[in-house]
Amino acid sequence: MSTAISPPHDVPAETRTNYLNASYGIRSWLLTVDHKRIGILYLISITFMFMIGGFAASLMRIHLLEPQGALVQPETYNRLFSIHGIVMVFFFLVPSIPATLGNFLIPIMIGARDVAFPKLNLLSWYIFITGSCFVLFAIVSGGVDTGWTFYAPYSSTFSHTSVVAAALGIFIAGFSSILTGLNFVVTIHKMRAPGMTWFRLPLFIWAMYATSLIFILGTPVIAITLFLLGLERILHVGIFDPAIGGDPLLFQHLFWFYSHPAVYIMILPGMGVVSELIAAFSRKRIFGYAFVAFSSLSIAVISFLVWGHHMFVTGQSVYAGLIFSVLSFLVAIPSAVKVFNWTATLYKGSISYQAPMLYALGFIGLFTMGGLTGLFLAALATDVHLNGTYFIVAHFHYVMVGGAVMAYLGGIHYWWPKITGRMYPDLWARIAATIVFVGFNLTFFPQFVLGYLGMPRRYAVYPAEFQVLNVMSSAGASILAIGYGIPLIYLIWSLKYGAPAGPNPWGAKGLEWTIPSPPPTENFEEMPIVTEQAYNYAGTEEEGHHG
Amino acid sequence: MSTYVGVFLALLVGTALTTWVAYIDLGAFNTVVALVIAFIKMTLVILFFMHVKYNKGLTRIVIVAAFFWLGIMMTFMLADELSRNWTPTVSTWNTILPFLR
Amino acid sequence: MGDMAAHGAVHDAHPPGFAHQFEDVQQQRDAGRLGMWVFLATEILFFGGMFTSYTIYRQLHLSAFVTGSHLLVVKFGAINTAVLICSSLTMAMAIRSAQTAKSKGTIIFWLILTMALGAAFVGLKLRFEWYRDYLEAIVPGINFVPHAKWGADAGQVQMFMCFYFFMTGLHALHMVVGLGILSVLVWMTAKGRFSPEYNAPLEISGLYWHFVDIVWIFLFPLLYLIGGRYPGS
Repeated sequence: MSTAISPPHDVPAETRTNYLNASYGIRSWLLTVDHKRIGILYLISITFMFMIGGFAASLMRIHLLEPQGALVQPETYNRLFSIHGIVMVFFFLVPSIPATLGNFLIPIMIGARDVAFPKLNLLSWYIFITGSCFVLFAIVSGGVDTGWTFYAPYSSTFSHTSVVAAALGIFIAGFSSILTGLNFVVTIHKMRAPGMTWFRLPLFIWAMYATSLIFILGTPVIAITLFLLGLERILHVGIFDPAIGGDPLLFQHLFWFYSHPAVYIMILPGMGVVSELIAAFSRKRIFGYAFVAFSSLSIAVISFLVWGHHMFVTGQSVYAGLIFSVLSFLVAIPSAVKVFNWTATLYKGSISYQAPMLYALGFIGLFTMGGLTGLFLAALATDVHLNGTYFIVAHFHYVMVGGAVMAYLGGIHYWWPKITGRMYPDLWARIAATIVFVGFNLTFFPQFVLGYLGMPRRYAVYPAEFQVLNVMSSAGASILAIGYGIPLIYLIWSLKYGAPAGPNPWGAKGLEWTIPSPPPTENFEEMPIVTEQAYNYAGTEEEGHHG
Repeated sequence: MSTYVGVFLALLVGTALTTWVAYIDLGAFNTVVALVIAFIKMTLVILFFMHVKYNKGLTRIVIVAAFFWLGIMMTFMLADELSRNWTPTVSTWNTILPFLR
Repeated sequence: MGDMAAHGAVHDAHPPGFAHQFEDVQQQRDAGRLGMWVFLATEILFFGGMFTSYTIYRQLHLSAFVTGSHLLVVKFGAINTAVLICSSLTMAMAIRSAQTAKSKGTIIFWLILTMALGAAFVGLKLRFEWYRDYLEAIVPGINFVPHAKWGADAGQVQMFMCFYFFMTGLHALHMVVGLGILSVLVWMTAKGRFSPEYNAPLEISGLYWHFVDIVWIFLFPLLYLIGGRYPGS
């Protein structure tokens, strides 16, 4: 356990100047261009949006305790699942790791002072807030009932809900993503420290780079799609209206061209975090570094070729369906490569089970389950049976919640001492991680069974024979909620009462662990010069091969 | 400087040409000619006005990638739209399989 | 390199506009250029979504789209294309003036000329095309009235006009934003910010301007000339 540079130990943490105490006051935060502060601004914003989306989900799960619905009218139920989807996808999952951990860590991990365009970074947060305001307005003005997928012509012509406000909110937030992705690509290409070659980068950076490619190439398409939808709704004429020869499937193609890669926006950063956690808590270099790095890029590329698997039963050409099905099987391979490499890293590693590691191990298991169930859906014949059922709901929650959210929580816990300079109580963290794991499985595993048995999704009522499984799912949801609530408490508690953290509480490798916790505003006193490979736990000199 | 003027004149000639050709009956080739001329004009603007001829490889990769991705979108979407009404024919397997069982 | 004391010593050597997250001006210029190209890549996909939709519907409803195309006046489309090509030349000249250390006045002259041509484009479009379409009652969502001779094609002709207005409208919006950027550049030039060493804002704004020109280079044939304009088309 060695650090390249350590601050003088006789200077108490509270008096050392760092990015948190360098300036005070609301203006210094709202007008900051420091990537670390911007990461924290995003952290607060998306936590708030998570609570909104979670609240909608809670109402849904309470409602589904009874076969005929226990809480709300069907019209309201439609609004609940739509808002849950919109808020969770666009305003929590898409920005979660990139805008919080990515913003905070990328410059530090590559040895830079800040991102390439710090003012654009701040603008990106303001754009996100603006988009969020439009969506919040949509919620309080009655919500939307189109589903987060906004299929035309229902959304363009027949729905009487706040479609334009919600679509505008997502459209605006999309520009936030685009600017973030642009910033990251330029930063990673142009601002690496001397000696930080591509193959010495942490795998988190490779994952964030791949994610940024998707941000850049995919998000503009959802922007134009929602733009066209909005125009059609306002002008009462457009290009998706079947009455004048429009094709509803065109909307779906345009929508899913972004929204499928979007799910990889949501999972790739999580995979990057997991690579960091597995390496740190096995005290071992990630097995097959180059394979894991290239698998991130492969996922980003192939993810753009598979979107039609969301449209197998919509009337899409069977021949197109065949091609999309084969490609969807293909996209599973790089993900599997990662899982195998993480597992191989664990073998003969020196493993410790702190909370971040528990989240990472949970990710590997749950993401694998979610990913494998995706193969059922990639096969045309089985998808015909399972599409539109709770099987799909369970599949994507396994990868998104069992995967991405667990990785996000693991990352927050792992880098919390670096971000705040405080340690949280690890016992409570491990208890919470376990509660999340148990609650999650209890919530979503029954949904696989429900889907297979035929319970449709997005319905406010269901046949009575499904009640037991639904009650199990709702019970699990309440446990999951507790599991999410506990970290909120102890993390905030730790800000004032947590033990002060040194530069490297985990004994991990990486440039971020060579600077003080919390870091100074300019990150590095001296530009670091990188001479060793990533995850150099064995202490070997780099031999010119890339693992 | 003379490069700029040269490219400028080429672009104007291209515009005149594409307009003139539209008034001639070439059937399906009208569209092809128009698009080819547009691509040439675009290439001239990118290489000379936008200085890509003198830029490093990364700029070119970004441009190629953007157009390639646009190509992915167009190709797959057109593939669906245009093949939607193809009726499946009786395949050879349908005739062979009963004998294999 | 990067040591704080030494950095302070070379601080005065950095030109105005140098941003301190970078190590040197070359890195800043490279980053700015890459950033603008990445942004243009997003714009290619943004417009590309509409171009793709347009291509699909054109394949499916060719005769209706040809009918719609013939509602547009080629003369104005061609003149506007020429106007934009001129503006690309003047923009390139403005950047070249900065790179070859011409006076502020020269740079501003070329920038203003570019703005005038861009404004002319928008003005011509508004006055001679959109206003004329409004008078002819072929603006979807506002006053579209199908002609009887279109028959069953009427819905798709309306769809063509939707594409026409959406695509040229989005393009015109980008032009107007470009005019805003150019005015900021004029102001920056007047303040003496640019020199042969530092003219990155000019260069990357030029990239944006040329991109908007390229979009029109494709819009013109695709909207005005499809199916040809020969007798009998």
